[in-house]
Amino acid sequence: MSTLGKSANEGIKDASEYLRGTILEGLANSATGSLSKDDQQLTKFHGIYQQDDRDIRKERRKKKLEPAHSFMIRVRVPGGVSTPQQWLDMDRIAQEHANGALKLTTRQAFQFHGVIKSNLKTTIAEINESLFDTLAACGDVNRNVMCNPNPMQSKVHADVLQLATEISDHLSPRTGAYHEIWLDDGTGEKVKVTYDAPKIDDIADPEEPIYGKHYLPRKFKTVIAVPPSNDVDIYAHDLGYIAILEGDDKIVGYNVTVGGGMGMTHGNEETFPRLADLLGFCTPEQAVIVGEAVVRVQRDHGNRDVRTNARLKYTIERLGIDKFREEVETLCGFKLEKPRDFTFEDNGDRYGWIEDHTGHHHYTMFVENGRVYDTDDYQMLTGLREIAKVHEGDFRLTANQNLIIANISPEKKAEIETLLADYKMIDSHERSALRLNSMACVSLPTCGLALAESQRYLPDLVTEIEEILDDAGLRQDAITIRMTGCPNGCARPYIAEIGFVGRGPGKYNLYLGGGFHGERLSKLYAPSVKGDDVAAILKPLIHDYAKNRKDGERFGDFTIRSGYIKATGNGRDFHKDFVEPELAV
Amino acid sequence: MSFPENSPLPPERQQLAQQLASGLPADQAAWLSGFFAGIGYSGSPAAIAPSAAKQEMTILYGSESGNAEALSGTIQKAAGKQGFKTKVVNMADAKAAALAKAENLLVVVSTWGEGDPPDSATAYHEEFMSDAMPQLPNLKYSVCALGDTSYEHFCKIGKDFDERLSKLGGERVFDRVDCDVDYEDAFDGWLKGALGAFPQAGVVADIPASVEIPGSVVYDKKNPYEAEILEKIVLNGTGSIKETLHVEISLEGSGLTYEPGDSLGIYPENRDADVEAVLAAAGLKANEKLGDKTLAEALKTDLDITSLSPAIALKYNKIVEDKKLQALLDEKDKAELKDWIWGRQLVDLLETYPHKGWTAESFTGILRGLTPRLYSIASSLKAHPDEVHLTIAAVRYHTHGRDRVGVCSTFVADEIAIGDTAKVFFHSNKNFRLPEDDSTPVIMVGPGTGIAPFRAFIEERAASEAKGKSWLFFGDQHFSYDFLYQLEWLDYLEDGCLTELTTAFSRDQKEKIYVQHRLAERGAEIWKWLEEGAYFYVCGDATKMAKDVHQALMDIAVAHGGKSPEEAKEWLGALRKEKRYQRDVY
Repeated sequence: MSTLGKSANEGIKDASEYLRGTILEGLANSATGSLSKDDQQLTKFHGIYQQDDRDIRKERRKKKLEPAHSFMIRVRVPGGVSTPQQWLDMDRIAQEHANGALKLTTRQAFQFHGVIKSNLKTTIAEINESLFDTLAACGDVNRNVMCNPNPMQSKVHADVLQLATEISDHLSPRTGAYHEIWLDDGTGEKVKVTYDAPKIDDIADPEEPIYGKHYLPRKFKTVIAVPPSNDVDIYAHDLGYIAILEGDDKIVGYNVTVGGGMGMTHGNEETFPRLADLLGFCTPEQAVIVGEAVVRVQRDHGNRDVRTNARLKYTIERLGIDKFREEVETLCGFKLEKPRDFTFEDNGDRYGWIEDHTGHHHYTMFVENGRVYDTDDYQMLTGLREIAKVHEGDFRLTANQNLIIANISPEKKAEIETLLADYKMIDSHERSALRLNSMACVSLPTCGLALAESQRYLPDLVTEIEEILDDAGLRQDAITIRMTGCPNGCARPYIAEIGFVGRGPGKYNLYLGGGFHGERLSKLYAPSVKGDDVAAILKPLIHDYAKNRKDGERFGDFTIRSGYIKATGNGRDFHKDFVEPELAV
Repeated sequence: MSFPENSPLPPERQQLAQQLASGLPADQAAWLSGFFAGIGYSGSPAAIAPSAAKQEMTILYGSESGNAEALSGTIQKAAGKQGFKTKVVNMADAKAAALAKAENLLVVVSTWGEGDPPDSATAYHEEFMSDAMPQLPNLKYSVCALGDTSYEHFCKIGKDFDERLSKLGGERVFDRVDCDVDYEDAFDGWLKGALGAFPQAGVVADIPASVEIPGSVVYDKKNPYEAEILEKIVLNGTGSIKETLHVEISLEGSGLTYEPGDSLGIYPENRDADVEAVLAAAGLKANEKLGDKTLAEALKTDLDITSLSPAIALKYNKIVEDKKLQALLDEKDKAELKDWIWGRQLVDLLETYPHKGWTAESFTGILRGLTPRLYSIASSLKAHPDEVHLTIAAVRYHTHGRDRVGVCSTFVADEIAIGDTAKVFFHSNKNFRLPEDDSTPVIMVGPGTGIAPFRAFIEERAASEAKGKSWLFFGDQHFSYDFLYQLEWLDYLEDGCLTELTTAFSRDQKEKIYVQHRLAERGAEIWKWLEEGAYFYVCGDATKMAKDVHQALMDIAVAHGGKSPEEAKEWLGALRKEKRYQRDVY
């Protein structure tokens, strides 16, 4: 069937000659730091977002300068695993070509900010020399595949990491555009890449056998979770695999989930966050083909006319999960089994040292909002560089923007511990439980979608709330708190116990009642509240929680039981049952 | 012979003239032409001895910034009044060997950088100094040399001409004068003396260095216009280490005009802090009287209290008589002294070689006048009627334990606000002009503040809807912060007033990239443009950039024009002669 739809992005893809567009010409134009509007859409498929520093737009116009255009580059890191050498490479690239900071994303990727156009090609080439890439890190394709970094079960981790890598490779776009544009060495010799054949015998198009020339209708995100940890937030993603174990370390298969997603549009109730459905169970051998089939069904049934309704979650709402399963099974040529039992306990990280059964050590450190950079007081970037120079294991980016220094041999432990202490990173997680469970997206000043502050603001807001928690005696009680500057949901705010979504400068929708391990969507508690009023609004609720909670009751569950908000069943109900709150301000 | 239609003569005089001219022998016609020229200058034929044919005075000039050129005009007027038939020769357009025909010669020529001739006079100077020059036994001459005492080879080119003319057999009728940057008085004295020294000279009246038109106020260097500052913007974005100002100045009601390529002079004042430091170091009091001003006022507005050069040190030590300093001054090449002077100013000299006996008079006696600074104009009157815009880099640096500044740039940056006025005057630069035919392509290379005249050029060509292609090369440190006038260029590119814009930002990547590298990269296309008749302009830093661009051009002629290095040099010389290669470098 034809996949050309009416939304503007579909036309851009159609005319792009497999994501080439006029990117090369745009790079050669040294008069502007910008690319053409259409090319800005296409570079996303290459892992590159054009942004500008919105704080200084006005000032620059007065100075006769165009906006401070620069590019965010997202590095695809399947499963979030990086070698020490790769860490050193990323660190160097951040300093030489970007703004000096390394951002660990909510989807286990590295992100560079502030790369100017004239340095894009060199930066991408150097990332590839480090054996990472940026292809499909953004755009309407399958993006970075996440998996639980799970240091305790090394065999299981090896298996899920392998699957993450296989899915990532298998669902990578096959177009030669990426290599032509970014990796051409100047001699005209193109770097040749070989990919495995599609698993389903239906070639959409020789240049792009799985996706076809229009790719997917919208972004597509895949994760693998290993219970009891739901750190990857499996319900928030388009495609998920929940590892089902027999004994300690044997994966017998995966429960497949489909149709999760966070993004919505303010004021449009046809858009909503949605938790993924369980589709069925597959064996490890079937996992990749099931993934390919899900992608193909979405490719052909996703809404290409209305971009805000294009994600898989809306396709499933429209088709119904049973019909969707049927389509997937037809393509696979086999039936999925009934989902197996599993239990999640939380979606956070376990900080500090742990030792696995092979005697190796792992250190999980708190990285506030995933920002690795140096300040006068806290030289995290330098400290991690020094560790990378001696570390023989690996680094793992967590889905909560934290970092695990993994696989440290008993002999190396003392040396790394000393470095952690020297650079004040050994107590990185000696913070309130609220802060350790906080997450914010990038937002202002660089994100073009941002309506309000996020990562520059949440740390201060947490400090305000900490005072209330201290008063209430809840400093060590974990509550998930997440903030995004716009409703697209990069920090997955709709499954937090306390969620903030930017509405306008200094104003946020306040959501409550998300499930502590990501199993329930939240509900709007108060629309458009001022950031300055948030602490006052939350204060009575927190004191109420401290006084009246049941044993082990989570804050999110408590807000529902106490009637502050109604529980949200699933996405369709997200905008329903809003009750005007009695606010303390 | 019929009379041209545009003749101002009434019919009856036309008839008379025609009668007089018909069948006139050549020698009589020549005499009459001089006679009438004399009437033209003096208004009365009685002032000229009617019995003798007029002598010819050749006025030879070599000009970089336009000063020598302007002075050649003053000389011409004065010599004409004196009864000479004048012939003004620009070194840019002439052969030195032609001097063999001259009998009376006045030379005014400037010296640039490390003892170099003006850009446009390079070939002339080379020929003049070569063995190919003929002897000049019948020549009477005098030389006025322009220069700047803060440079080592002060007035070197003027000295070259003076000495070589003598060696070639010429007779020096009046001693050469070496003028510093405040040249007016020295020049006036020289002109009066030199003109009087030629044999047939009569009495010469006082000759003003500036031309005055009676009945209207004329603003010029001696009588600057108090212009209001309309706008002042730092063009560099936050994060830049540079501070480049865009300044818009009102000309409303002044009657002043200018052409793209001209410069604007600004009279600065010294900073109070510098005045105080100098007073303290010299042990002098601010309120001492000096003429009708206090010493502090004079130091602030009239005198150069920051520059330091071996020449100043020499004057200084005639009074101070410090043995150590004298030893440095006595050294043959003064290498150690120059080394010490590098990055230092007058106040350092005062502090290092202190002197107890300064008086206001003795101290100010060693100082030069505070001279105006010239800035290449960054606007076109066609685009901004009644306004003139400048692009000024504020100079600030720290050397030898002291913060230092460029006097005029920081005067504009710090001391005058929007709404204030500054003393300004225009300075014409005929050596930096757009091609007359606006369909001629132009290539403009202007990194840093060198961009200024090209903003004027492009505005001018946009306003007059010029048909010619244009290609601008710009460079600075960082793309993100230092891309001067970027939005304007983007607009011009979009509407086609600018055909191409190529940039070089030196500090955005590991290896330094400058405009000359971009020229080399685009060499084939540049050669093509030049083959199509393009004019090539360079503005900005003289010490490195202009030389590197010059070399890049020669390399392009070799690589893409199939020339030998020798031929490339000749080609570039010819390009310069044709005025298709023009520079405004400093």
